[in-house]
Amino acid sequence: MNDMPEARVSDSASWFLSTARERIAGLLDHGSFMEFLPPTERVQSPHLALFDLPVAFDDGVIVGRGRLAGRDVLIAAQEGQFMGGTFAEVSGAKLLGLIRAARDNDKLPRAILLLLDSGGVRLQEANAGELAVAEVMRAIMEARMAGVAVIALVGGRAGAFGGAGLTAATCSRIAISEQGRTGVSGPEVIETNKGVEEFDSKDKALVWSVTGGRNRRLIGGADAYAEDTVSGFREAASSLIDRAPTFDLATLQAEQQRLSARVERFANCSTAAEMWRVLGITAPQSIRDMNDAAFVKIVADVKEASHDGR
Amino acid sequence: MDNLKLSYATRTPAAGDRQSVLVGVVASGNLEVLFERKLAPHECVVEIATPIHGYDEVWKAVVEDFVERVSPGGLYISINDGGARPDIVALRLMQGVKTMEVNHE
Repeated sequence: MNDMPEARVSDSASWFLSTARERIAGLLDHGSFMEFLPPTERVQSPHLALFDLPVAFDDGVIVGRGRLAGRDVLIAAQEGQFMGGTFAEVSGAKLLGLIRAARDNDKLPRAILLLLDSGGVRLQEANAGELAVAEVMRAIMEARMAGVAVIALVGGRAGAFGGAGLTAATCSRIAISEQGRTGVSGPEVIETNKGVEEFDSKDKALVWSVTGGRNRRLIGGADAYAEDTVSGFREAASSLIDRAPTFDLATLQAEQQRLSARVERFANCSTAAEMWRVLGITAPQSIRDMNDAAFVKIVADVKEASHDGR
Repeated sequence: MDNLKLSYATRTPAAGDRQSVLVGVVASGNLEVLFERKLAPHECVVEIATPIHGYDEVWKAVVEDFVERVSPGGLYISINDGGARPDIVALRLMQGVKTMEVNHE
């Protein structure tokens, strides 16, 4: 299948700063990763040359299988540094093929890890990219119905926005780090469409407090909080596979109920800190500055953070 | 895109037995380099695709220096460039050829 050797990646390596290949090498048991359509196959974008742009030999998405702490898994990783991490025709097809294979073949591992790192669809291949997102979302739901746990890991430089944000929201469970950000419309898009009064994308403290991992975890938008290390995400991914909910009507109704309650509860909040106060956190301003261990303790006491929805 | 294909005769074959490796990513100021052990032991080809026009002579100088230093016989080296500086290119080439030397465990 391939002979792409894995570099040794230390457990303490920053997830945020690592490349997609480094994340896979560090996350999975050493030597267990087998890549499908590796770079030597040159399955790459046929469109970028038109724009005088360089291609990547894997089109910015790596797919394959391996073992996570001894458990067989399928895995896909977006390279956030290549064109902002993209959904495009070829990379989308690679991702889709992996998820559909899991859906259709119960001999394959019953867990898929999606290492999302993307601002959304590649604009140079926008129509194909949008189609890929729609097909990936449908395939994830069909795979979940077939009993596959689909786990999103969000902690890369590009975050998970646009199509990647939608994809994350379709997964069984989501793990996020402090540096991770997720949403549908990114900060610049909101500002462009609704004005700077609505959301100032230059205000990094605001952007991180609203879209960042700590807020997502506190309001239940993510199901596990990972330290920004390879081992942090490994622990989070392992625990979430075991806690993946059954994908049925009861789960969807619980999710609908959870989201309706959330809209009602936070209706009058205009900052993340106001939401944290509503959640019963006595010193909401300190959330941003505390270390990971202190934050995990606070999360344990917040009811909204854990739920049966998704 | 500027596309270059440079061919060299090398003194010795490249060390190690790995068949392929990819280093780097295509990003601003960076590049990805794919190494494949698929040529005759005393041949080396370096193929470059870059969106930055007019630097053929600089590419040739950097690659020639690399070939002279490590004698990467048998390797087919393909580069997708994102506008990397010559020093980054030289480091990536060295990183890749060293990774090709490490044997499977």
